[in-house]
Amino acid sequence: MGTFRQHSVLPGFNLALGFTLLYLSLMVLIPISAAFVRTAELTLPEFWNVVMTPRVLASYRLTFGASFAAALVNAIFGLLVAWVLVRYHFPGKKLIDALVDLPFALPTAVAGIALTALYAGNGWIGQYLEPLGLKVAFTPAGVFVALTFIGLPFVVRTVQPVLEDLEPELEEAAATLGANRLQTFLRVIFPAIFPAVITGFALAFARAIGEYGSVIFIAGNMPMISEITPLLIITKLEQYDYAGATALAVVMLVISFVLLLIINLLQWWSRSRSSSSV
Amino acid sequence: MKAWITTSLTAILLWGGNAWGDKTLLNVSYDPTRELYQQFNSAFTKHWESKTGEKVAVKQSHGGSGKQARSVIDGLDADVVTLGLAKDIDEIAEKASLLPADWQKRLPHNSTPYTSTIVLLVRKGNPKNIKDWDDLVKPGVAVITPNPKTSGGARWNYLAAWEYGKRTYGDDAKAKEFVAKLYRNVPVLDSGARGSTTTFVERGIGDVFISWENEAFLAIRELGPDKFEIVAPSISILAEPSVAVVDKVADKKGTRTIAEAYLRYLYSDTGQEIAAKNFYRPTNAAIAAKYASQFPRIKLFRIDDAFGGWKNAHKLHFADGGTFDQIYQK
Repeated sequence: MGTFRQHSVLPGFNLALGFTLLYLSLMVLIPISAAFVRTAELTLPEFWNVVMTPRVLASYRLTFGASFAAALVNAIFGLLVAWVLVRYHFPGKKLIDALVDLPFALPTAVAGIALTALYAGNGWIGQYLEPLGLKVAFTPAGVFVALTFIGLPFVVRTVQPVLEDLEPELEEAAATLGANRLQTFLRVIFPAIFPAVITGFALAFARAIGEYGSVIFIAGNMPMISEITPLLIITKLEQYDYAGATALAVVMLVISFVLLLIINLLQWWSRSRSSSSV
Repeated sequence: MKAWITTSLTAILLWGGNAWGDKTLLNVSYDPTRELYQQFNSAFTKHWESKTGEKVAVKQSHGGSGKQARSVIDGLDADVVTLGLAKDIDEIAEKASLLPADWQKRLPHNSTPYTSTIVLLVRKGNPKNIKDWDDLVKPGVAVITPNPKTSGGARWNYLAAWEYGKRTYGDDAKAKEFVAKLYRNVPVLDSGARGSTTTFVERGIGDVFISWENEAFLAIRELGPDKFEIVAPSISILAEPSVAVVDKVADKKGTRTIAEAYLRYLYSDTGQEIAAKNFYRPTNAAIAAKYASQFPRIKLFRIDDAFGGWKNAHKLHFADGGTFDQIYQK
């Protein structure tokens, strides 16, 4: 009680907290609870029947699998891009820096159409891949490509500022203490940026799970093979099956929440580990 | 909540429109009628002003038929709906009770002022020699059609193929086999007709595109007759896009008289001519005769006769676990 009454150095805590709660409720909690309320129209066995059919299960596997793979690829290559943008100076750097944000700004449908045009059998890239037996557009691989495209900026933009703050003196100190380059990277740089990489990964992953616009054009949307869960939600809506659609939404919501929670825990763990080792 | 926001936003928009002293109608339609209603609206506003001296502005909204119906259910203030299938208007009547359940009896021809049918669009020269529905199930023929579960328009495609299969091979079981074989030849199931057009035209995928007749004509007009041609199958379904006044909205806005006149004007000679010029088949016999040479001769059947109406067709074929889902279940 006593600590609660104590005034913070910053004024306005009550007001700020009140506003935060109100804002979060209006913007996040109420729409989400609407989904739960709609689902409540179904009995439990009905709910189970809707969310566990083979076709829906296949779509979970594709949505979460492709999103995870795309976020993983982005975590690796996004880190690389951020590294290049922070550590090196070269002509055109500002331009490349701006290019990274393009997937943010581009309407996702445009991205989807552009990627499909590239990777279709008659596209610039597709015409060379298809003779090799690699079909990208209209297969699950296309879903992965689209999700990788939209997820890239998240990793770059979260890792970049952390890298910029990392003092070169640390690396110099490591070098004077006899560390080779690999050791410097693994023992000095990587622990410092790892939490940021995880954040970027989580953001890219979350974005990919919810993605609809760009995927729908490139996926081919074949039942059991290349249907993503958001498409099945739309399918249910087209049949005026509001309860069924929100049932799928609730499942996605719960899985996403659990996954993000795990990622946050991982981040917290890595942060506390790296700070204790310093 | 969402309905409330849509309603208030629309109210603000309409209030803004009324501030000019004009009446405003909102026609919520589906995708391929954009050009049709642009021309029809300007004809109607002229007609209405010369008849009553009253200025009226007609706004149009386009999108997938089912999505448009859902917007109206959720509170979009449509005075009239002109959608791709009666089922979508039925849902508005059933889910939101904005108009009576027997709305389809209020206007001639089942409230269908213009019709269309389902035809086959092939690449120039018809390299796979496609003549009729049974050519679509041959091995090596790639068929493009949208997913009938997400595209209302594509449900007509499915039903047309089904009835062909039933009449040719005898019964519903054979029809299902036929349709299953056909869909095994579909490499990409887009979510809507627009997406399928892109797949077929831009991506160059597929040998034949199952399409509404009016959209096939539009595609040829826009992309050039040197690229595609229309193949008329031996039989097809009469596609009946229906129209209705949304009673509760029109009464609330005080636009019922204009809204009813607007829809009736679709049946006038002017309205029928505009429909024909946009490649819809007129229902007025005289105008239909005038434009008869424009359309291929196809034996047409009605959904009410072959499938007992949309309600039955939907339950049997497109609802979860229906015949379309069964095709894809191993």
